[in-house]
Order: sequence, then C-alpha cells, then structure tokens
Amino acid sequence: MRVFIKFFALCREAAGRRETELELAAGSDVRAALERLQEQYPRLDARCIAAAVNREYVGQEHVLSDGDELALIPPVSGGGCV
Amino acid sequence: MFEITASPVSLERVVAAVRCPSSGAVVSFLGTVRDVSQGRTVDRLEFEAYTGMAERKLRQIGEEISARWPGTATAISHRVGRMEVGEPIVAIAVSAPHRREAFEACAYAIDRLKQIVPVWKQEVWNDGASWVRGATD
Repeated sequence: MRVFIKFFALCREAAGRRETELELAAGSDVRAALERLQEQYPRLDARCIAAAVNREYVGQEHVLSDGDELALIPPVSGGGCV
Repeated sequence: MFEITASPVSLERVVAAVRCPSSGAVVSFLGTVRDVSQGRTVDRLEFEAYTGMAERKLRQIGEEISARWPGTATAISHRVGRMEVGEPIVAIAVSAPHRREAFEACAYAIDRLKQIVPVWKQEVWNDGASWVRGATD
C-alpha cells in the first residue's frame, strides 16, 4: 500500500523535502513508517515527533491504510511532545 | 471563525465574530512578536502551519470551550508567514454571558492552541535562525 508523507518545520529541514510517498506492507503501523523514514532520512529525529493520520493525532500503534496522509509533527510552537 | 491566514490578523474581526445579544462580556487576546527571546535580539519570525489540520484543531478548541463554558462563542485567527517585531500573530475572542467565563475561556484557548495546533515558529536573528520549542507569550 502507498502512504503519503508530509514533513513540517524541523522535520522538513531534516528530510530536505516537504513530502514523499512510502510503499509499506498492508497492515503496517505508524511506528513501522517512522522507522522506514528514519532510515531514509538519517537526520530525522523521530524520538520527539508526534504523528497525525488524515489530520488527526494518532499513536505509533495506529494501523495505516492505503492512501493515508501521514504527517510528522515536531513539537508545536508552544510545547513539547504532543 | 477559525482560520489560518497569510494576511494580518485583527482583534476587530474576531470580536465581531463572537458578539451576540446574549453575551455580557467579550474577552480578547492578541499574541505579538516580541523583540527579545532567550536573550537574543529577534529580527523577525516565520510561522509555518499544517493548515488543514491546524484549522481543524482550532475548531476543536472552540468545541471544547463551548462544552466547558456553555453559552460562549469563540473565534481564533492565526497568521502564518513572515512577521516583524510588534506585529500580531494570533487574535482570539471569546464572548460569554458573564465576564468570568469569558476570561477563563480566553486563557484556555491560547494555552490549548499552544498544545495541540500544528503551527511552528522560527526565530530569525541577525546572525542565524532556530525553530522554537519553548512557550511564547
């Protein structure tokens, strides 16, 4: 399945791009996607990144579906990890 | 009204959006660009948002406020892009039947915004730039 990735702020600079696409095995969760992205973009620091799928915050165990939009959300302007 | 906008924000617009006959108070908040941050002189700020999600989260804050303080109405307008020292970043207004709820709900709105709304601030100094994690005022 294919998932659409969006990077913002620190993550965008670390990845060197605003968006990309990932091919993942069916049933993959957010953690698996973040691990893949961490491999592809070693400068990404996934420890303090929250994730949103289709514009809603989700946990790392959230199972992805084909066509999902997964956004990497670094700490927002006023706080720490969401 | 819950918006992420590239245009200047104004208190007049958010206040007008929440005024109604049943409200006895309107409390508003304006967040502005400060000239010094953590001891460094700020030249300007650049704000970036995940717009679709940020507007959805602003609306969620309005719903949380309505549930917690019945009879209130909330409007939030947050600017993105480049802003100079002194310029407004975010304008919030809350109307309520009585002033106490309006004050409490307006404070809640800006605190909550900083927790859940995907907006990022980069401080630009005359000798560098950095994404900010700390709280702003």
